[in-house]
Amino acid sequence: MTVIDHDAGPRTSARHGTVGTSPPRPDGDAKAQGSFAFSSDLSADGCLWGATLRSPYPSARIVSIDLSVAFKIAGVESVITADDVPGEAYYGLISRDQPVFASDVVRYVGEPIAAVAADHPETCRRALAAIVVEYEELEPLLDPEQAIDGSHHDIHPDGNVIRHQRIACGDIERTGSVVVEGTYEIGMQDQAFLGLEAALAIPDPDGKGVELHVATQWLHEDRGQLAACLALPEESVRLVLGGVGGAFGAREDISLQVHTCLLALRLGRPVRFAYSRTESFLGHVHRHPATIWMRHHADADGQIVKIESRMVFDGGAYASTSAAVLINAVTHAQGPYRCANAVVDGYAVRTNSVPCGAMRGFGVVQACFAHESQMDKLADACGLNAVEIRLRNAMRTGDRLITGQPVLNVAPVERCIRDTAALPLPTEPIGGNLTANGGVDPMKLPGGAGRTADRGDIVRGIGWGVAIKNLMYSEGFDDYATARCQLADGVATLKFATAEVGQGFVTIAAQIARTILGIDDVRLDQIDTQIGSAGSTSASRQTWMSGGAVDLACRTVREAMFVDVGRAHDIDPLRLVIDGTDIVDESSGWRMSVAEANAGLAYDETVEYRHPPTVELDESGQGDCHTAFAFVAHRAVVDIDPELGLVKVVQVATAQDVGRALNPLSVIGQIEGGIAQGLGLAVMEEIIQVDGAIRNGNFTDYLLPTFLDMPEVIATLIEEPDPRAPLGAKGVGEPPCVSSTPAIVAAIRDALRSVDGVGKPLARVPVRPADICL
Amino acid sequence: MNSDSEVFSLHINGVVREVTDSWLGESLLDVLRDRLGLLGVKGACEQGECGSCSVMVGDSLLCSCLVMAASAVGEPIVTIEGLTPEETLSDVQAVFVEAGAIQCGFCTPGLITAVHDLLDRIAIPTDSEIREELAGNVCRCTGYGRIIDAVQQVAVRRADSSDGAL
Repeated sequence: MTVIDHDAGPRTSARHGTVGTSPPRPDGDAKAQGSFAFSSDLSADGCLWGATLRSPYPSARIVSIDLSVAFKIAGVESVITADDVPGEAYYGLISRDQPVFASDVVRYVGEPIAAVAADHPETCRRALAAIVVEYEELEPLLDPEQAIDGSHHDIHPDGNVIRHQRIACGDIERTGSVVVEGTYEIGMQDQAFLGLEAALAIPDPDGKGVELHVATQWLHEDRGQLAACLALPEESVRLVLGGVGGAFGAREDISLQVHTCLLALRLGRPVRFAYSRTESFLGHVHRHPATIWMRHHADADGQIVKIESRMVFDGGAYASTSAAVLINAVTHAQGPYRCANAVVDGYAVRTNSVPCGAMRGFGVVQACFAHESQMDKLADACGLNAVEIRLRNAMRTGDRLITGQPVLNVAPVERCIRDTAALPLPTEPIGGNLTANGGVDPMKLPGGAGRTADRGDIVRGIGWGVAIKNLMYSEGFDDYATARCQLADGVATLKFATAEVGQGFVTIAAQIARTILGIDDVRLDQIDTQIGSAGSTSASRQTWMSGGAVDLACRTVREAMFVDVGRAHDIDPLRLVIDGTDIVDESSGWRMSVAEANAGLAYDETVEYRHPPTVELDESGQGDCHTAFAFVAHRAVVDIDPELGLVKVVQVATAQDVGRALNPLSVIGQIEGGIAQGLGLAVMEEIIQVDGAIRNGNFTDYLLPTFLDMPEVIATLIEEPDPRAPLGAKGVGEPPCVSSTPAIVAAIRDALRSVDGVGKPLARVPVRPADICL
Repeated sequence: MNSDSEVFSLHINGVVREVTDSWLGESLLDVLRDRLGLLGVKGACEQGECGSCSVMVGDSLLCSCLVMAASAVGEPIVTIEGLTPEETLSDVQAVFVEAGAIQCGFCTPGLITAVHDLLDRIAIPTDSEIREELAGNVCRCTGYGRIIDAVQQVAVRRADSSDGAL
């Protein structure tokens, strides 16, 4: 049974459905009934199916493409290639370097070359098989170091280095009396959302516009890229959020959007695409595999005096968000610890691997595995334990990052560590409680239902991970969110383009409106591009950004209502406040329900919320490039079978800096879900590529944590409202998956060390059985 | 494909549905979704690994992506639509919504089908039993904690109400 512990605070008296309570999701009933329409459930009269032809080679020149046979198959309506893209031939999130269809060369296994539209998915498959592409294979660039040292020719006109960023901070010649170093590797992780990529495009009758229903994280960014490729004005490309079955970063880039719209516009008929799981592995970006060398210098008492690091992130064939992922990694190299001196060198490079980009944690996951592994080495070298070394270096509000940026947010690192340490350790003995009849419960053993582990061989370990994670967008990006609030006759209607991907923004948006306006009836308009951008559902930013926009829109409406009510009742509007569902003049005691006061009145306000501007890093990696930060600590307990290399995570305890829990149940859901993904990266999840081709692009071979893999999670929410956050609330989505991974790996190391007093370095995630037992 | 098609009937959610345009060997998942419009059944892996497409066929909880539709002729099939009472929610559905067991919701229909099956067979499952029984249903959002809590809540409510009935 999971224990949830958080400051009860004043919310105990909060009206149900307002901020601080946990009302159910507005889409919950439909999702439970199976009637919620995911993008893969959408169709239209006369709808055709689309499908994509993809490259079998990591690097090859396209000599010729012969579509003639495919066109002759009964039921095939269209076959398109790069020649059929009317506008921009390239798209991309930061730089438009990725072709809609490869035309001259292919740069990764899975790159789109052509698309077909036909009457049935099976017809599409036959059409794809009938397209004849002649290739001339080229030597692929698969080693990121070759991209850096220049020993391989450029595989893209933009070059093989997507971004190089150096950070030099303080006295870079400084040394410490204690020095520890290591080289760490992070494997390629898949977001593995369950709701596969799918979209439905409906062309306008005049052929001059299109409506696309799609599962995405950022409708307006998609629209901008789409309109350019389609050679249409943006207002002629209307996007509607199709039900999103999870995202985790994988829906930030364009996948099937352009192909779907191109075919629909060409044919004048609705077209739908739906990827299979195997195609999904090829069709979206993944978490960057990375190699990180780090050296920590410290005083004898464990105070960090300098860190050095070299980071190499393999971005795959196209840039996507690699440049931003790299910046997150290098600027988080120190972790949540004070450090005055640093030299960091980071590279995001291009190879002929499948492209990498956003995934929950966005560069910080990789950096954190390295710095937390280093902290344990430092603790050993200084004769301290894992908690002491971290407390001794814990960052506080006002401390500076190695970029020179002061951390102005609430920074309760010490409290995260202490509150996590105070959570109870598992009561179950090593190997789990025996069953009622005194037998071993195999489900409690490493290896579980495999029933290979012997309870007597199991050893237990405890490990720690602590993290800092930036929130919102960085480096000068004009980051804003738009929201509209209408209030009429006691009913509020909210509209925003914020992608609801499962995280629950739709729930808290209504909570915010109920709190600010004092009404209970809040309705949500369709999520689409008929309002300004909300920015992306990523970077743990929507509670802060779209939450801030909804808050501001509701406050603007409330102030207008106060003016009208004040005039009607001869009260200075400045004296009016909302108390529950009433408007109150606190000095006279006059009160009236909002619904009554609002009768016959109507308000309609659309606002944009912006966070303070940030700047780009300079050549030395200095500058206030980030917006805000959140912190978290994790303590993992694992049981392992050292001979078989099997791991059972027994418990993860965590204290997370959430600012203010607007919906505590949703926060717990984010924490538990994030820890599950961190666990996956720690012990089981990795996309395996051989010669540039994914070998395990399916759920039989790509392992995801199941009910049996997830341990109990004990969570404490640290609620110190952040004065810089519009609602005091920090984003909570990413921190859980940042330091849970190193905590679990540290626990495995701890268990192994108890066996022979030495242990193993386990410098690579995911940790594989052979890493433990061989 | 027409030359390979066959007409057969399936007993779904208490109703006999004729399948006229299916091709031989088509999966139950595809027939339920694409031929019969039962879109509550979700497909996410097509390998029987994730459980999103779980339905009851006779007494068995099965991944409909692994079952040929034609092989289910004569067996009563129950999907999430059949578990949903008219204009309301089953006890499992209601508690899933209240307990925070749903985020993106893609795994939810298959999972709720599996939980109904589990609680029909084991009235008060242990934590270990819940985990083992539901291990065939993957959820990528929740980390399972709130789902386990929901299952336990339903079990307690059912036990309480049957106590009350006695």
